[in-house]
Amino acid sequence: MARAALPGRLTWQLGRVVELRDETPRCRSIALELPDWPGHRAGQHVDVRLTAEDGYQAQRSYSIASAPEDDELVLTVERLEDGEVSPYLTGELRPGDELELRGPIGGYFAWDQALGGPLLMVAGGSGVVPFRAMLRYWATGERAVPSRLLYSSRSLSDVIYRDELMDLAADDGADIQLTLTREWPEDWPGHRGRLDRALLEQVAWPAQAQPLVYVCGPTTLVEAVASTLVELGHDPSRVRTERFGPTGT
Amino acid sequence: MDALDGNAIAGELFEHFGVEMTSARGSCAHCGATTQIAELRVYARAPGTVARCQGCGNVVMVLTVIGETRRVDHQSFQLPQRPGQSSQCHD
Repeated sequence: MARAALPGRLTWQLGRVVELRDETPRCRSIALELPDWPGHRAGQHVDVRLTAEDGYQAQRSYSIASAPEDDELVLTVERLEDGEVSPYLTGELRPGDELELRGPIGGYFAWDQALGGPLLMVAGGSGVVPFRAMLRYWATGERAVPSRLLYSSRSLSDVIYRDELMDLAADDGADIQLTLTREWPEDWPGHRGRLDRALLEQVAWPAQAQPLVYVCGPTTLVEAVASTLVELGHDPSRVRTERFGPTGT
Repeated sequence: MDALDGNAIAGELFEHFGVEMTSARGSCAHCGATTQIAELRVYARAPGTVARCQGCGNVVMVLTVIGETRRVDHQSFQLPQRPGQSSQCHD
C-alpha cells in the first residue's frame, strides 16, 4: 500500500502492464503495477480511460479481479466486438504499456469479512470478475462464513478462471457451482441450463439462512435472479446487484 | 434498452461529492421511494447519463461530462445534507 489518495478526489494514475493472460477466447486478464495504488475492497471497480492521438477520450468501468492483498491489480476484460475500449485492452495492449485509470470506486457492491454471511455470489458471464476478488479475499481470511459461487456460462470454454475456481473449491472449501447454458460435455458433472428459479432453489441457501447475496452480470440476468431471490423470501436489502448492461453471457 | 445501475456512475459521483456515494440513500422526489444510489437505473447512451428511480421510473439524476466540466443535476433525488457540502448542482 503506497501513499493514500487525497480525500475527496479520485486521482487518474498510470499503471504499467506486467502480465497479460487469456482467460477465455473473449476475456483477458491484465495485471498492473500501480505504485500509488491506495488499496481497495473486494468488489470495487476502476474507471479506465483511453486517449487517442487527437485527444478523444473514452472511459469504461471494470471490476477489480485481484484481492486487496495481492501484489498487482488485476482487471479482466471481456472483448465486445463493437466496443470502443475492450478491443484495445484485449487485443492491442502489451506488457510494459501504461494504462490510465482511477479508483478504487464503489462501496455498495463490496464485501468485507466484517459484513459476514453466508456469502452467496451469483454471476453471469464476466460478472464473475468481482467474485474472484471476493473469493481470494475470503480464502486468505478466517473463512468465518461459508462462501458459495453460482456461476452461469455459455459453455465450458467460456468459464473464466476455471482452474483457479476449481482450486478454490478443492483447497479452500469454497462452494463453486457452475451451470452451462448452451453446450456442455456429455459427462459434464455440473448444472445445465439457465439460472432459473429451480436452480436457485436447489443451490442458493434458503432465505432462512439469511445469506448476503451479490449478483453481477448482464442486466437481464441480474434482474431475473434478484427478483427470483426476493420471491423466494430473501430480504431485498441483503441482495446487492451490479449490472453490466446488455453484454452477452 | 438494458439499464445499468448506480454503480456505473460511482466514479463521477465520487468526483462530484468528494465521497463514495453508491451506498448513499436518497429519496425520489416523484414517488418518495428511498433507495441507495447503486440501485438507481442508469441509462448511459443518452446525451448525458440519466438515472431513474427503480420504483416509479422517473428521472432523478442527470450527469454530463464534457472535457473537464462535470454537471450533476440531482434535484429530483433528495440526499441527506452532509456537513460542509453544498447542494448546488454543479462542480
